[in-house]
Amino acid sequence: MTSVLSDSAYMLESLPELWFGLVVFALGVYLLLDGFDFGLGILFAEADDSERELMLAAFGPLWKANEVWLVLFGTVLFAGFPAVYANILGRYYLLVFAILFTMSLRGLGSKLREERDDEQWVRFWDACFIVGSTLSPYLLGVFVASWILGEPSALAIGPLVVGFTVVALTVVLGGAFLGVKTRGELRTRVVQRGQLATGAYVLLFVVTAAVVYSQYPELRSVLLSGSTVALVVATLVFAVGNVVAASRERYHASVLSASGLAAALVVFLATLLYPSIDPAAGLTIADAVVSPLALNMTTIFAAIFVPIIVGYFLFLYSLFSGPVTADQQYS
Amino acid sequence: MTDPTVTTVMTELGPWLAFLTPELASRIQFGWAITIHIIFAALSVGLAPFLVYFTVQEVRTGKERYVRLRKFWTKIFAVGFIMGTVTGIPMGFMFGTNFGAFSTVAGELIGGPLSFEAKMAFFLEAVFLGILLFGRDRVSDWFYALSSVMVALGAWLSAFWILVVNSWMQTPRGYEIVMEDGVQIAQLTDPLAAFFNPRFPWMYVHMQNAAIISVTLLIVGIAAYFVWKNRDSDVWKTALRVGVVVLLLTSMFQAIHGDMYGRHVAETQPHKFAAMEAHYETGSADLHVVAIPTDLESITDPRADNLYTISIPHFASFLASGGDPNAEVTGLNDFEYDSPPVAWVFWSFRIMVGLGFWFIALGAWGTYRLWKGGLADDERLLKALMVSSPLGFVALITGWYVAEIGRQPWIIQDVLKTSDGVSPPVTGTEATLTLVAFVVGYILLFSVFLYVLKRIIDEEAQRHEVGIEEDDRPDSPGVPADD
Ligand code: HDD
Ligand code: HEM
Ligand code: HEM
Repeated sequence: MTSVLSDSAYMLESLPELWFGLVVFALGVYLLLDGFDFGLGILFAEADDSERELMLAAFGPLWKANEVWLVLFGTVLFAGFPAVYANILGRYYLLVFAILFTMSLRGLGSKLREERDDEQWVRFWDACFIVGSTLSPYLLGVFVASWILGEPSALAIGPLVVGFTVVALTVVLGGAFLGVKTRGELRTRVVQRGQLATGAYVLLFVVTAAVVYSQYPELRSVLLSGSTVALVVATLVFAVGNVVAASRERYHASVLSASGLAAALVVFLATLLYPSIDPAAGLTIADAVVSPLALNMTTIFAAIFVPIIVGYFLFLYSLFSGPVTADQQYS
Repeated sequence: MTDPTVTTVMTELGPWLAFLTPELASRIQFGWAITIHIIFAALSVGLAPFLVYFTVQEVRTGKERYVRLRKFWTKIFAVGFIMGTVTGIPMGFMFGTNFGAFSTVAGELIGGPLSFEAKMAFFLEAVFLGILLFGRDRVSDWFYALSSVMVALGAWLSAFWILVVNSWMQTPRGYEIVMEDGVQIAQLTDPLAAFFNPRFPWMYVHMQNAAIISVTLLIVGIAAYFVWKNRDSDVWKTALRVGVVVLLLTSMFQAIHGDMYGRHVAETQPHKFAAMEAHYETGSADLHVVAIPTDLESITDPRADNLYTISIPHFASFLASGGDPNAEVTGLNDFEYDSPPVAWVFWSFRIMVGLGFWFIALGAWGTYRLWKGGLADDERLLKALMVSSPLGFVALITGWYVAEIGRQPWIIQDVLKTSDGVSPPVTGTEATLTLVAFVVGYILLFSVFLYVLKRIIDEEAQRHEVGIEEDDRPDSPGVPADD
């Protein structure tokens, strides 16, 4: 092993930066895919019972696999930057457990409501599903923003605003996803909600940028840089694209533009962070990265398995593509 | 470090909540959380090969009985999987939230394997379970069977990487301690030596077999229940017949393997071995085959002179040295660091081994009945099997207590003490708060799991009464219309 893997130098000089890119990529894919699910869970609130069955049939085969991207994000961060993993989880201790709790509500709600038919039972787990789907993206947004903005505590204005931005984005994503997966009245309504959420999202995105500008003087230069301007333009283009595509009933195009919004948000947050990786502890990527041998080894695994994982998802989403019907249950 | 508002609230509540140190609260929390997680993880690992068998048989023969077995156990697998992920995700994060210093010191050795687990195992399991649950009509029969193989592979790979991590903590290899910014960290020097450390093969074999034993007991217990309620149930009689033989073979293997495993532990972690036998004074050691507490103190502080024991003189020396009855076994009093909590280790070990022999006896009883005839009519046996059906998990958990509590005071053997591994910013109040939440939450979670399990069993029992097993014809259609 040591003969193949150098223990004195990174395979590529920029490998630590590439690994940072992988962390951001995993987070972005997670936000996108579980964003579909969270948005679906929020829109679930105003659906009637038969619509709920349909929504869960769309959610069922995919959400568990989507959620693993969060585990991938955590472990990739751990493998590349263990000190950062330890610092941010310890620093926002109660917030992290709150996230885990709301995510459990979401997962258990969707599964357990099917286990019994009586009204009370179903209502209870439906409520867990909705509350979990709403609070999880909010708290995740607060957590990621606290980390990136270098807040010593999670109760600061910046992170609290980012939380709302993320929730709005998940509704955009959920609406676009259900536009592809459903038909009829349900589709018309969720697509409309998605359009409204797009407007709210753009507004919140601007508020986020303004809050960052006023509260974090050290980030002003990044905010005014060309890359940020490009991301803001991209966000506007995707937002308009999403609204237009949805009203012209181009549902796949709407999913694509909603995905563009998610990508732009994650890249925006990453540019605020880079080249630091734990601003509250004053750590940069170069400070926190593991030794060459460890990173070279995990990179080889990632180079083999990340493409395979992407392949699984292409396969899974094409297998379960197309509109859902009410009889799609476990077999 | 906490948020200011939270801090104010907490100062008020402080005296009520801060009764545990961050270290103690974190340890209890981790131990409790993994105790629940491992039940679901072992259920997945142990059930996986059975699911493959039922699915492949269903596809190969088209027989109704395999469709039913597959459906019944897939339902249980699915609920267990959700519970496993709900309890598993916090486990991974607790390395950061509660054991941050440990994660920083050992990150190069722990982080890699955990990320391989996610990349190789969790995706495989989650993606193909989606197909197994929702894709019966969307893929071909053979692809469907292949999906069950993929799910099984995912479960077994997941255990592989997590045990790489844990075994490294028991017998660390392939690293070097270096100073980085004034902090000592373990730097990876040889990945293969680190992954395939001396403990790893022992642990993987013993754990995977333990999971199979536990699930076999569950299957046999449920089968015994159905057979006991409805004697001409062909499906469950088959499960019972196969199950008792598998139980006998796997539990015999476990005892032999466990005996050799014990010798390896004595060599690599002598203080743990001494705690397993409550051996305090250095010298030749006896093996206490049976130990019965005589009073409360002997439970909390077991020692040779306050227990009623049946012992084999010098046999612990014999085992530890591989043949010399007078070999010196170092006693707990002679180690330079603190002893682990001896009572936990001593009693957990006895529960595991005692149950191990009980499983052999059960397997032998069942196999004898199978051979002589009348397996399905022996009420005493059926009842013993029903009562014993959860006990595999008890043995599995107590075995882990031996391994983990016996390792104390080390979090990484001879490298890092547990007290030095705790996250610096976490306060006792925060840790106590989350501990209470975990205790309450997981009790509720586990009750819901048992409730759902009961519903699945009741539903199956109702079908028996209608006698669905009658149409067990080779040409019966693949999927019945009733669900
Ligand atoms: C169904 C479960 C089960 C059964 C019947 C047994 N075991 Fe076990 N044992 C486990 C489940 C287990 C486990 C939970 O899976 C452990 C914890 C760590 C490990 O690798 O396996 C374990 C660990 C473990 C250890 C080492 C702990 C360490 O790593 O420090 C020893 C020495 C034994 N076992 C010995 C035995 C013996 C002599 C048995 C005789 C019957 C036996 N086990 C039955
Ligand atoms: C699966 C069954 C397991 C059980 C039942 C179990 C049980 C426990 C218990 C009871 C403790 C507390 C010990 C004490 O503080 O006295 C503990 C600690 C710990 N275990 Fe495990 N464990 C298991 C597996 C693992 C695995 C696979 C890992 C690593 C990947 C692991 C890592 C740890 C760590 C980091 C601690 C905290 C520090 C400590 O107290 O030692 N455990 N475990
Ligand atoms: C011997 C010990 C362990 C074994 C055999 C094991 C095995 C498994 C298995 C099979 C799963 C899949 C879910 C299921 O079917 O239940 C799972 C889930 C999980 N386990 Fe464990 N586990 C062990 C201990 C741990 C520990 C100590 C951690 C902490 C790092 C952990 C982290 C996880 C995570 C994060 C998941 C969720 C994966 C997902 O989202 O699909 N496990 N574990």
